[in-house]
Amino acid sequence: MAVAEDAGSTGHRAAASSGAKRPSRLLRNPMSKIALVPMIAIALVVFLGGTVWTIVYSFTDSGLLPRLDWAGLEQYDRLWSTRKWIVSIQNLALYGFASMIGTLVIGFTLAALLDRKIRFEGVFRSIFLYPFALSFIVTGLVWQWILNPQFGVQGIVRGWGWESFSFDPLNNPNIVMWGLLIAGLWQGTGLVMCIMLAGLRGIDEDIWKASRVDGIPVWKTYIRVIIPMMRPVFVTALVLIASGIVKLYDLVVAQTGGGPGISSEVPAKYVMSAMFGSQNLGQGFAASSMMLLSVVIILIPWAYLEFGGKKRG
Amino acid sequence: MTGINRWLSGTAIASALAVTAGSAGAVELEVMHWWTSGSEAGAVQEFANAFNDRTDNTWVDGAIAGGGDVARPVMVSRILGGDPPGAFQFNHGRQAEELIEAGLMLDLTDVAEEQGWADVINPPSLLDACTYEGRIYCAPVNIHSWQWMWLNDATFEEAGVEVPTNWESFTETAPALREAGIVPLAVGGQPWQQNGAFGVMALALAGEEAWLAVNQDKDAEVARGEDYARAFQAFGEAREMADGVSVQDWNQATNAVIQGEAAAQIMGDWAQGEFAMADMVAGEDYECLPGLGDIAILDAGGDAFYFPQQSDPEVEAAQKELAALLLDPEVQVAFNSVKGSLPVRGDVDLGSVNECTQKGLQLLADGNVVPSGTALLSPDTTNSLNDLMTEFWNTPSMTPEDVQEQYAQIIEQAD
Repeated sequence: MAVAEDAGSTGHRAAASSGAKRPSRLLRNPMSKIALVPMIAIALVVFLGGTVWTIVYSFTDSGLLPRLDWAGLEQYDRLWSTRKWIVSIQNLALYGFASMIGTLVIGFTLAALLDRKIRFEGVFRSIFLYPFALSFIVTGLVWQWILNPQFGVQGIVRGWGWESFSFDPLNNPNIVMWGLLIAGLWQGTGLVMCIMLAGLRGIDEDIWKASRVDGIPVWKTYIRVIIPMMRPVFVTALVLIASGIVKLYDLVVAQTGGGPGISSEVPAKYVMSAMFGSQNLGQGFAASSMMLLSVVIILIPWAYLEFGGKKRG
Repeated sequence: MTGINRWLSGTAIASALAVTAGSAGAVELEVMHWWTSGSEAGAVQEFANAFNDRTDNTWVDGAIAGGGDVARPVMVSRILGGDPPGAFQFNHGRQAEELIEAGLMLDLTDVAEEQGWADVINPPSLLDACTYEGRIYCAPVNIHSWQWMWLNDATFEEAGVEVPTNWESFTETAPALREAGIVPLAVGGQPWQQNGAFGVMALALAGEEAWLAVNQDKDAEVARGEDYARAFQAFGEAREMADGVSVQDWNQATNAVIQGEAAAQIMGDWAQGEFAMADMVAGEDYECLPGLGDIAILDAGGDAFYFPQQSDPEVEAAQKELAALLLDPEVQVAFNSVKGSLPVRGDVDLGSVNECTQKGLQLLADGNVVPSGTALLSPDTTNSLNDLMTEFWNTPSMTPEDVQEQYAQIIEQAD
């Protein structure tokens, strides 16, 4: 991302100072390039090196210790014939889709409401952002208690006299993912709201004046004018949410432990339990390689559209 | 949380160092384990005291909170990272197999021969679990067994039925218990509990021969067979009987039995500590049925200490001293009476023990013992079975026949 934008802006500068003799691109700003060397080395060794290593070892039958005994596609065969992995993928797809939409819609709505110059804005902003300061483990435990049928919401409503009221998502395999989603939204929307609010504050006051002069209703201004103008903000929010979804792990561990049964398992948890519970590194590597592959499949076309298009313009 | 744990273990190590800094400790031996609950920590202190008092060396405590699944990766990464502890706890059996294969563990065969472990360790399967290609690599310290059902007498009284003495009579009392508003069976929501309970039922209802054929010889045909079908049917009944208690941890389930919400629980002998803590008396307030009262055989699992290979001969000498000490008769009694487990030596007396422990000791003495599941199945297979059994437990539409077939497939692929 940064590289692509950098290239774009250099292009502009180069165009502005065309005609002047410029040094070769590699040698320009040598000090900053030297300063970047450690970072580049770390990125290459840790990220790229680690990734390649993991993929290579996913084709072995490594157990507790990594070893280079080739097993071909055996680990992948086993991965895709394991019900727990299939359930994990389905759960992540459901959670990802719902959480992406939920976070964006709720986050934007809250931000838009806060932006209407209300009283005590700072107080509300702190309240909404506060859950983000908690770790997922804490969030998971808090919501485990809130959704506990005896002590939580169900118990309280029954205590009010509605005896047949039933709300017990964490013990029902069919809706347990929604129980997780509530907790995820509770934690995640605050940050998205703040990003959106910053975006809304960046919109020029004159736009609002113009739309008022033209007699366009407020909601229409938001949807037709403001949201399209906030495209970069939405992209930032989207990337943040998406990365949070793929690594969803600690919330599940704290809130449900993958249960009831295997109904709230997620891929990251599958990887962890294969690597450390089953002492089967090969299987864990195969699963994490699949996770990487799915991220890459989504990311590359998107990055191409997003940054490839800019150069043309 | 990890921060606090690290800080706690840091201060534990620091205080251990401060206390012993003055003594002429030849070697400071770091011992890693995951015994952090009250009785566990007290028990491991017995080891530390014996090691500090009876040898010149110093015990440096490296407790890791969070249980075996958290602790094992930490220990393994320490060993692989070239900074191995002096000794560490594992469940013996196949968890350390690969570390031994890679030549990272210290060979204890000469200690074992000198101390005559082969003659005193009972059941001998415990020593077999420590043996790899004829050499001994670990020191077993205690015996825990899964094969118990715990019953609360008061609940059966309330339902107006006799306290059952085996699984069949227990299933007959279930409707009466339900009528009295008592859940017949309490099972926690964690996968290992459901798989563990099934293991108990398989040994008790399918019989020793079939159980060994499946778990030891990995014979999938036996797992598909008649005997195992009985166990799966019973497990299906158990699933219905357990409906109504939704707790996670095993001790919460035990607590439901103690409080009288549920009538019985299938759980290992570690559950007995909870009954003792609630001031209940074995034989009066609660009953224990080894092997569900059908086939009284215990599986002997437990904990063992492994010693990573070190370059310093002084450290190695201290490791061997510790290994010998762990199986010393006095130390065994001191440790196991605090931990609530059974000693690994057949020749020591635990003193006054309650009725249930007595039953367990008698079964051990009679040799009614099979190796534990962790000694026979690799962690990979165990984990797959955990996943399968918990899926069955939480999916009412899944029939015992379905689960039996899938169980057999996992056994077929087991290494």
